[in-house]
Amino acid sequence: MWGFLKRPIVVTADINLSLVALTGMGLLSRLWRLTYPPAVVFDEVYYGQYISFYMKRIFFLDDSGPPFGHMVLALGGYLGGFDGHFLWNRIGAEYSSNVPVWSLRLLPALAGALSVPMAYQIVLELHFSHCAAMGAALLMLIENALITQSRLMLLESVLIFFNLLAVLSYLKFFNCQKHSIKYMGMFTYVLMLAVAAVHAWHLIGDQTLSNVCVFCHLLARAVALLVIPVVLYLLFFYVHLILLFRSGPHDQIMSSAFQASLEGGLARITQGQPLEVAFGSQVTLRNVFGKPVPCWLHSHQDTYPMIYENGRGSSHQQQVTCYPFKDVNNWWIVKNPGRHQLVVSSPPRPVRHGDMVQLVHGMTTRSLNTHDVAAPLSPHSQEVSCYIDYNISMPAQNLWRLEIVNRGSDTDVWKTILSEVRFVHVNTSAVLKLSGAHLPDWGYRQLEIVGEKLSRGYHESMVWNVEEHRYGASQEQRERERELHSPAQVDVSRNLSFMARFLELQWKMLVLRSDDSEHKYSSSPLEWVTLDTNIAYWLHPRTSAQIHLLGNIVIWISGSLALAIYALLSLWYLLRRRRNVHDLPQDAWLRWVLAGALCAGGWAVNYLPFFLMEKTLFLYHYLPALTFQILLLPVVLQHISDHLCRSQLQRSVFSALVVAWYSSACHVSHTLRPLTYGDKSLSPHELKALRWKDSWDILIRKH
Amino acid sequence: MPPATGGGLAESELRSRRGRCGPQAARAAGRDVATEAAARSPKRPARGSQRFEAAGRWALLALVTLLSFATRFHRLAEPRHICWDETHFGKMGSYYINRTFFFDVHPPLGKMLIGLAGYLSGYDGTFLFQKPGDKYEHHSYMGMRGFCAFLGSWLVPFAYLTVLDLSKSLSAALLTAALLTFDTGCLTLSQYILLDPILMFFIMAAMLSMVKYNSCANRPFSAPWWFWLSLTGVSLAGALGVKFVGLFIILQVGLNTIADLWHLFGDLSLSLVTVGKHLTARVLCLIVLPLALYTATFAVHFMVLSKSGPGDGFFSSAFQARLSGNNLHNASIPEHLAYGSVITVKNLRMAIGYLHSHRHLYPEGIGARQQQVTTYLHKDYNNLWIIKKHNTNSDPLDPSFPVEFVRHGDIIRLEHKETSRNLHSHYHEAPLTRKHYQVTGYGINGTGDSNDFWRIEVVNRKFGNRIKVLRSRIRLIHLVTGCVLGSSGKVLPKWGWEQLEVTCTPYLKETLNSIWNVEDHINPKLPNISLNVLQPSFPEILLESHMVMIRGNSGLKPKDNEFTSKPWHWPINYQGLRFSGINDTDFRVYLLGNPVVWWLNLLSIALYLLSGSIIAIAIQRGAQLPAEVAGLSQVLLRGGGQVLLGWTLHYFPFFLMGRVLYFHHYFPAMLFSSMLTGILWDTLLRLCAWGLASWPLARGIHVVGILSLLLGAAYSFYLFHPLAYGMVGPLAQDPQSPMAGLRWLDSWDF
Repeated sequence: MWGFLKRPIVVTADINLSLVALTGMGLLSRLWRLTYPPAVVFDEVYYGQYISFYMKRIFFLDDSGPPFGHMVLALGGYLGGFDGHFLWNRIGAEYSSNVPVWSLRLLPALAGALSVPMAYQIVLELHFSHCAAMGAALLMLIENALITQSRLMLLESVLIFFNLLAVLSYLKFFNCQKHSIKYMGMFTYVLMLAVAAVHAWHLIGDQTLSNVCVFCHLLARAVALLVIPVVLYLLFFYVHLILLFRSGPHDQIMSSAFQASLEGGLARITQGQPLEVAFGSQVTLRNVFGKPVPCWLHSHQDTYPMIYENGRGSSHQQQVTCYPFKDVNNWWIVKNPGRHQLVVSSPPRPVRHGDMVQLVHGMTTRSLNTHDVAAPLSPHSQEVSCYIDYNISMPAQNLWRLEIVNRGSDTDVWKTILSEVRFVHVNTSAVLKLSGAHLPDWGYRQLEIVGEKLSRGYHESMVWNVEEHRYGASQEQRERERELHSPAQVDVSRNLSFMARFLELQWKMLVLRSDDSEHKYSSSPLEWVTLDTNIAYWLHPRTSAQIHLLGNIVIWISGSLALAIYALLSLWYLLRRRRNVHDLPQDAWLRWVLAGALCAGGWAVNYLPFFLMEKTLFLYHYLPALTFQILLLPVVLQHISDHLCRSQLQRSVFSALVVAWYSSACHVSHTLRPLTYGDKSLSPHELKALRWKDSWDILIRKH
Repeated sequence: MPPATGGGLAESELRSRRGRCGPQAARAAGRDVATEAAARSPKRPARGSQRFEAAGRWALLALVTLLSFATRFHRLAEPRHICWDETHFGKMGSYYINRTFFFDVHPPLGKMLIGLAGYLSGYDGTFLFQKPGDKYEHHSYMGMRGFCAFLGSWLVPFAYLTVLDLSKSLSAALLTAALLTFDTGCLTLSQYILLDPILMFFIMAAMLSMVKYNSCANRPFSAPWWFWLSLTGVSLAGALGVKFVGLFIILQVGLNTIADLWHLFGDLSLSLVTVGKHLTARVLCLIVLPLALYTATFAVHFMVLSKSGPGDGFFSSAFQARLSGNNLHNASIPEHLAYGSVITVKNLRMAIGYLHSHRHLYPEGIGARQQQVTTYLHKDYNNLWIIKKHNTNSDPLDPSFPVEFVRHGDIIRLEHKETSRNLHSHYHEAPLTRKHYQVTGYGINGTGDSNDFWRIEVVNRKFGNRIKVLRSRIRLIHLVTGCVLGSSGKVLPKWGWEQLEVTCTPYLKETLNSIWNVEDHINPKLPNISLNVLQPSFPEILLESHMVMIRGNSGLKPKDNEFTSKPWHWPINYQGLRFSGINDTDFRVYLLGNPVVWWLNLLSIALYLLSGSIIAIAIQRGAQLPAEVAGLSQVLLRGGGQVLLGWTLHYFPFFLMGRVLYFHHYFPAMLFSSMLTGILWDTLLRLCAWGLASWPLARGIHVVGILSLLLGAAYSFYLFHPLAYGMVGPLAQDPQSPMAGLRWLDSWDF
């Protein structure tokens, strides 16, 4: 038991010094003068906002990806003690002293630095030589675009880090975990799944294994590749929703129920409302579709103009619109058609699915009506109005049947916030619908409401939910108006389950489309391969020191070349093998195929999907694909040297060429360094000399 | 391969799995199955009844064809008014008969055939085809409908033969034929003047000939092999010539060919020369031949449509010069642009149109409340602009002044002729493209401010040169803000009459959106020159019309708050399309798949994936399957796989499409899905019968199963046939309606 006292304690450390050196160099290149420039650089303005939201625990919605990446950045802010108080309003704004720039930029920079030794390990795990592995790492090290991107509060370096980590862990253990930073992370994940599926298929075909054994193998893979990522993905959202519990600027996009689950905002208003809508309830009705803007069913004193601009006539009754702001005119009273009272009886009689109701506008006490008159902007639908009795032969048609869309059974009660309902007109079977069109000036540019006659299936623009709700108690109109003006107050709190909130958030993130605006530095995927574009990230307010996202052109071009060579060689080998000519020994062939599947495949899955995307694209979207090209480069070079150079002499010449090529890459990297770090102010002449391609946009001050 | 001569049970079973060739092969294959069936019934001597069996097979094919024709031609003349998209395609047929030029997003073959059918059947092209519901009256429309129904009727025998060839089983083929014959959707879609029956005809013809030439693989370069291979090519050209959806079947044939060639290449008994021959044959028949035919249809299209018509504005100025009746045809206009000229300015990007303005203001809240400037695809007086010097307002057409030409780099003003307002831009955001500046019409009677000044530049030209009408590619650069006049190609909302947005873009990237040319040019002081030199060559016309079609297709975007059919609706038959009639007094036709057939198809796909993967895994695990099961598995994996690929290729690409989608887009995929159903159930029932072989009635399972599926399809057709053949009376929501019990989903509205 005390044996360790008798023997000396020996620690045998096996340190790969090249790995340490690579890590050191990576850290040096990424962390050097990290706090410079002390100003907001390019997309920091965008991610910085989210960090502030995290710090202030305010809910937000970003469609660019799951929240893990934002949380990584926010962790930096948390560690640096950032309080979130900074106005992220323009690129180039100087940071105030409370912003811990170093720790905010630290995590992406670390991720960028660690990608360097990781590239080394991946190439090694692909069973290529130490020399090739060093080559890959050194290329990563001097790639200017990767340096720039990892030195700032941006997500790409973190994404690349986890991409490489996934590849590496799969290679090491055939066992991978996938983290989600941006949805671009999906691409690598799909690739890993495909590779794993091919491996699994071979495993099934391996008849030396027993059925049970194969089953266990498959189960383990399914757990590692499917279950764990899904659980992690859910976990990130869980943490995200736990952290962000306050209401914020993006509330309006979410449903009423979601908003009510956040602190402040809608919850402050709806907290403590009665749950079940009864006859006599006062409610506001929000359209579930919420496009073009979220809005509430609204009416006001004004009537539809007698004759429209295009000569059609209207009923000249009171306008019913959808209004995107809270207003006392948004209140409606649910009336029992059989009774005259506008108050809730005691005990309250809840409204159920299929019940007939009238909706009485609170401030004008006119009831919601539709009839066979064309709507102002959508002439194929019926006009919806609040009925005014002009004593002409146009009777009131104000009965509506309530349909609860998300009902559990046919006797469900109409619940505030939770129930999604449709109003079907009894006389004409038209459905109350938001058409999405803006009324002209006579309708105060509010949104048009119509009765849709051809109720073709389900559409969210026909569905409404109660947002604010209280039981009406005032008999008199005066009294009721006062009541409508006062905020609702009762007490029941209602929380959505995590899964419901997660599903809604996920759905909104997928369907939310930021209007695809053109950006000065946006580019198309075709321009990326040959580096025909760049992005100016930052310009010093006085001197001409500037930061650009600009790649090392030697690496970009040779990476693309290597990919083409790989594709052509593979095709050649494949055709030859098909004719039973085996140029490569079996193990070299398998190595070549696996390396290609991962690197060329990684490039393809991280690049080609952008051609299908309709959003605004930037050069930095190409960086994950680029890292895979960089991994492929030394693989191809080693292959040429090993298998295509026939004599020792050829091999030596080839090595010399490679060294010369690498030196030129280093030279280019060094020349572009001022644009990468932005630490040196160059003269206009020097800047012009750096503009190697006409399409590069380098900023030259005019004096 | 010797022809099948019957023989013992085991032998015929084995042979029936192998390929056959040519027209005789179809017979031989069928005969095989027949002998197989014969061999199963022990009482009948196989050899003696051969002749009888062959006749029976032919009779069965004839029966299937006849039934298909009968159902498609039954009540074809009803309703006697325009239904649904007949308003487009009938109208386009009329255009061919009248030879007036028009524009459509689909390639011309389908409409040309409709036009031809109309022409041959005595339709004179005078009916206007204005809107659905218009009565045909005395106009002859049956020729066109009959032609579409004729092609649509062939779908069933084609599917029958395809499945027969893939599965070598009569019962599978019969089942498929029954599903398609009794599907109300296929029936409805085949009965009207539409592109779909023509498209599906070519798709199925291509599939059938591909399957046939595959089964000729053991006799390459024989006459039937060449026949089916080139027929595949011809059908591909036809499919692509009707709609771009034809690309999917091309993809399928392409994949099949690549796999085929790969297989041949790996066969070491074939010399490289032979493989080269194979490759050349396929390049000739599947690439060169279809391309030639496809191009030929366009050549005919342009030859037939030689008169100016409603489609002119979509095309470039040079293109229009070939159309008789167009103002550019045989026209002569002044060559160089001069001050005082009245001009129209056309965007060089295809299908953007002319710079346009009209007496309507931008609505409040959208930039400055000044006159709208848009681009407009049609010819109109509001497209006319007068080019003026920026600093003088004197009339340059005054005869006392000498003619002054506009030169590259000049500062000019463009005055809108009808409203006398100047083309103007300023630092307000454009209505849709928020990062660009708004372009308006400003000023009164041509007097505005310095924001009306534009520098006119010719692309790739040095300073001081004159500007040529039609030829010069010009840019207009706003003097004050330095932005370039362009069109974003986005459609303005209703207030802008759904014309396209014009902006001034501060990003000076050189795109076609910001390059214009001068088209019409009126200046009485200048001599005119003839424009015939401009006539574009045929490849240019071909390329341009494709660009316009592609833009037109992607321009069909759904609007917000509008119901659109989603691809996931389709296989579940979620919602139909109203072909005719709305109210209970109307004659109503509703395009909806027969739900029994469609839901069976849906179930079959799931079942196929399940059983297919079980079998694939079993084979991969090296399980030793008995001969019969192995044969059936091959049918399921190979034949079924090919059909499943067809379904996938004709269905999933729609998920990626941004354009407006309709229910009828699913029908090509539905054909494949029905073939899969036929193959799957036949194979499963056979497997079932084999598995229960110890049970005395096991053989009966197969017969009973197939029969009940056939009868089920027929009975459901009896129930749902009013959807296709038309119904009058109360809507199905009404409990009194005879269709009330058949409204199985709330989303169906017939």
